[in-house]
Amino acid sequence: MSLGESATPLGKVRGLGSAHHGGEHWLTERVTSIALLFLGAWLLASLLLLPKLDQRTLVEWLHAPSGAIPMALLIVVGFRHALDGMKVVVDDYVHEEGSRFLWNILLLFLAVGGGAIALFGLARISFGALA
Amino acid sequence: MAVSILHRATGVALSFAGLAILTWWLFALGSADGYAKFEAFINWTALHVPWVKLVLIGITWSFFQHLLSGIRHLVMDTGAAFELGINKTFAILTIVGSILLTALVWFYLLGAAK
Repeated sequence: MSLGESATPLGKVRGLGSAHHGGEHWLTERVTSIALLFLGAWLLASLLLLPKLDQRTLVEWLHAPSGAIPMALLIVVGFRHALDGMKVVVDDYVHEEGSRFLWNILLLFLAVGGGAIALFGLARISFGALA
Repeated sequence: MAVSILHRATGVALSFAGLAILTWWLFALGSADGYAKFEAFINWTALHVPWVKLVLIGITWSFFQHLLSGIRHLVMDTGAAFELGINKTFAILTIVGSILLTALVWFYLLGAAK
């Protein structure tokens, strides 16, 4: 299919390159950033509006679906966005191919592992009994 | 230029320190004595290790700086705001905004702690 003259620069590169997904990486980074604008504002507003910041209040907040669901999204989207961003930093500054590969693997493991720990921490609050 | 590299630096800071604190905090919050230890540790460091508070303020500032310069980058991705004057004003606004918002949050936090 010819994209013609009207294709945007992003439209022209999507699916191209040896990895076939450079354009998607770029776009995902932007889309997750827009989601994080909302989720970040939600986190900040929630913390400022809570009457107290003690354990009981915070646990009640994350026990309710209205707190647990946005927090779960924040964890998943936040770790994904961090991984996407760190990949750009590594790809820009680590020039040797072997070390670049190792750095990217390390960051992938850190992001997936860290995200799993955070999700477990949240699940324990959300599905646990209220004190 | 400077704001662009700040976007990267604050992004790296948030990726490691920001997400580590979020994860640690959530993990501690769900365990009965874990949160008491977490709070005791934070309070102890706030008293005895002065630079820890600076790190926490730094992460708060990184959050706002990355958020505001992120909005700037999203606008620039549409091809807008590349004119020198507008571009510079926008860049300065992200710094002024992030410092202002950080100050507001910490005045609120330190006020609430009293």
